[in-house]
Amino acid sequence: MLDYLWLIPALPLGGFLVLALLGARLPRGLTAVVGAGSVGLAAVTASLVAYDFWVGEPPGHAYTQTLWVWLKTAGFSPAIAFYLDALSVVMMLVVTWVGFLIHLYSTEFMIDEEGYSRFFAYMNLFVSAMLTLVLADNLLLLYLGWEGVGLCSYLLIGFWYTKPENGYAARKAFVITRVGDTAMAVGLFLLFTHLGTLQIQDVMTRAREVWPEGSTLPIAAALLLLGGAVGKSAQLPLQTWLPDAMAGPSPVSALIHAATMVTAGVYLIARTHVLFTLAPPVLTLVAVIGAATLLLAGFSGLTQRDIKRVLAYSTISQIGYMFLALGVGAWSAAIFHFMVHAFFKALLFLGAGSIILALDHEHDMFKMGGLRRQLPTTFWTFLIGSGALAAVPLITAGFYSKDLIIWQSYASARGSLWLWAAALAGALLTSLYTFRMVILTFFGPAGMQAGRKPGWRMNLPMIVLAVLSLAAGFIELPKSLGNLPILSDFLRSALPAVVVMAVREGREPLFELISGCVSLGGILVIYLLLRKAPRFTEKLVRTPLGAALHRWWLVGWGFDALYDWTIVSPYVWLARIGRNDVVDLFYHWIAWVNQVGYRAVSATQTGRIRSYAVGLAIGAVFVIGLVVIL
Amino acid sequence: MATVPLNGVMILAGILFMLGLVGVLVRRNIIFMLLSVEIMLNAAGLAFVAAGSRWGQADGQVMFVFILSMAAAEVSVGLALVLQLYNRLKTLDTDAAARMRG
Amino acid sequence: MNAVFYIAAAVAVVSTIMVISRLNPVHALLYLIVSLMAVAMIFYLLGAPFAAALEVIIYAGAIMVLFVFVVMMLNLGPQTVAQERGWLTPDMWWGPSLLAAVLLAALVYVLGSGGEVSVGSRAVDSKAVGRALFGPYLLGVELASLLLLAGLVGAYHLGRRSPDPQQRRGEE
Repeated sequence: MLDYLWLIPALPLGGFLVLALLGARLPRGLTAVVGAGSVGLAAVTASLVAYDFWVGEPPGHAYTQTLWVWLKTAGFSPAIAFYLDALSVVMMLVVTWVGFLIHLYSTEFMIDEEGYSRFFAYMNLFVSAMLTLVLADNLLLLYLGWEGVGLCSYLLIGFWYTKPENGYAARKAFVITRVGDTAMAVGLFLLFTHLGTLQIQDVMTRAREVWPEGSTLPIAAALLLLGGAVGKSAQLPLQTWLPDAMAGPSPVSALIHAATMVTAGVYLIARTHVLFTLAPPVLTLVAVIGAATLLLAGFSGLTQRDIKRVLAYSTISQIGYMFLALGVGAWSAAIFHFMVHAFFKALLFLGAGSIILALDHEHDMFKMGGLRRQLPTTFWTFLIGSGALAAVPLITAGFYSKDLIIWQSYASARGSLWLWAAALAGALLTSLYTFRMVILTFFGPAGMQAGRKPGWRMNLPMIVLAVLSLAAGFIELPKSLGNLPILSDFLRSALPAVVVMAVREGREPLFELISGCVSLGGILVIYLLLRKAPRFTEKLVRTPLGAALHRWWLVGWGFDALYDWTIVSPYVWLARIGRNDVVDLFYHWIAWVNQVGYRAVSATQTGRIRSYAVGLAIGAVFVIGLVVIL
Repeated sequence: MATVPLNGVMILAGILFMLGLVGVLVRRNIIFMLLSVEIMLNAAGLAFVAAGSRWGQADGQVMFVFILSMAAAEVSVGLALVLQLYNRLKTLDTDAAARMRG
Repeated sequence: MNAVFYIAAAVAVVSTIMVISRLNPVHALLYLIVSLMAVAMIFYLLGAPFAAALEVIIYAGAIMVLFVFVVMMLNLGPQTVAQERGWLTPDMWWGPSLLAAVLLAALVYVLGSGGEVSVGSRAVDSKAVGRALFGPYLLGVELASLLLLAGLVGAYHLGRRSPDPQQRRGEE
């Protein structure tokens, strides 16, 4: 059964090829079957492979399947090979199943769009690229998947290409992630030059042998890979593209910008964790970036009007949590949160999509209201998702995963009280902006009327994801609440366990209690502010400090303006002054020569026989003269 | 038998050819242009016959026969075209038939 | 007998100059006939009696007559003469004359470097020409006849008076 590993990325790729070549000619039903079905088959295959992996336990807890050798040059022969271990099993299952549910949802969501088959072709290509990334055996193949998901992100953000803003958003996403990708490429060059291989497991063993901990080379390599991860996962300082990427359709936001692509950075760091452990300053940087980003995005999410932008900032914030976990050495906690986040964030985006579709593409939350009676399924699933996001204690999966990170940011040997305080503040902000979103959208006086109710193909995935958002947490219960570390035990074969400081370990119940109170407290505060004392909140926002902060947080702390002023404008200015410079003279000269030649030649076409006769005579003179002379 | 300097005949052929060429280039009336072309053809024939006579072979005269038949065919078609031109443009001015300009 | 050759040559050149400089087409045609006669004379002196005969019969006798017919048909009268007078200004002649002079110089240089040879001592009579035409040049003869056929058909088609569209519509 493990031999079917290659089918998992190949099936969606086949779906892409069929839809790209024939999609325009297929009826909608068949396109939907091919599009969603290929990912569904991949999901089933992944489950079978995962089951075989779990029961069969291959030697070394890893299985490699080499398909063929990709390049063969002196000393460098990467192969198209897939590597299966506990980490890639988890990633693969999440990507395929969440991907399948989102594809099923899209078969109804996109039904009125022209470009139906184009959508599913791009989505299938994306799933295939993401699976290649996750299952890659060597860093070059991983980079191929990395670039593939970047490409599909660009194609899907700009899916409605007739509106120029969508094109700009897609371009912005691509260019910013490109900055990260370039850093990552340089990192790969460095790794290959000094370690002689890009095969991931070999890189890790050789790095451990050759590089002492804390020396410059692993720091440089880890820093460069971090640059790539930061770009793809929309962390500080490359986070500006994700809010604008909401220009794409909601299923795209759910799949790419919530559940899978943006977590590729997290996967990269987890995969190359040896390299990062050899560079402790970089790991600290990872944690600091995570903490700073989660706070920054939390504040921004509090001020947004567009429902999808709230969710975008929320995604940035939650990935900040994952980075924080990676930075303090809680590797499996990061993967646990990734899994749970994929469930509830995809659910939230799908719910937002069904609201947007019902209200005829209205995104502004202040125009919504009282939708809980009109869209009941959406309301209950959205509520469950929001609860998971806000980490409502004990019943939601988000509680178990997020609070594990919050706890580890204090308890780990690399953790500190500051990181814990930042994570806790972020949790408060999360509750605030999440339930602000819920209250504005579903409660209160009715705003717009819901037109189109979602059908079973949209409701079923949301219900499934809601169930998972509640139940998925129970595979990793902390010590104080049952001690059931199933996931971290499973991942132990791939990722090292977190090192907890003994002195802090006993305080776990207290800290869990504090987190639970913060999460519930935030919900209570926002309910009071919005429903019970709305005028007070308005007055708060209207004070000079409040208004200034509101404006600043609304534009994401001014990063767009900063980049525009420091990087974009000088570059555009340079391009403008270079438009007609010395080098261009050569090309102008070529055009000028052509024009002169044209005018000269067309002047000879007089239409008069006599001038043609003269031409003949001159030619004859010339030729005979040549014969005479030579 | 009377003998003729070959160079002289060739130079005569050249002069006649030149005169025909000048006629083609100078005249604007199409009849005169065709006439000048006939002069040129005749000059070429003269050169051929002289060359054949120099070697004492019939080939020169054979070429002259061919030139003659070609001139006949060309004149008949050419004059028919002149008639068409005159019918359409009501003039024999070649510059009037300049629709292929540009 | 060289004198006969030089006289005939002079007559040919002078009459050709008259051909290209006349205003009346009929005059030009007549001068051309004189030129052709002079060339026929030179053919005879070269020992090519058959060519001389052909020159007179076909060139002067058929082709020039065809020209005369067409000129008569076109009814070119005094207005043609006036037109030609307007076109043939003296400064029209400079350019082509210069060009022709250059070409003549080149031709003379090439042709005149053959060395002094005298021709015409042996006549190549019609029998020899006939033997050549029906021998090695048979293919050429056939091709020439094809060419004449094409000329015939072309002249017939092109010479037809194009039907007047209004007249046509009136008939239908």
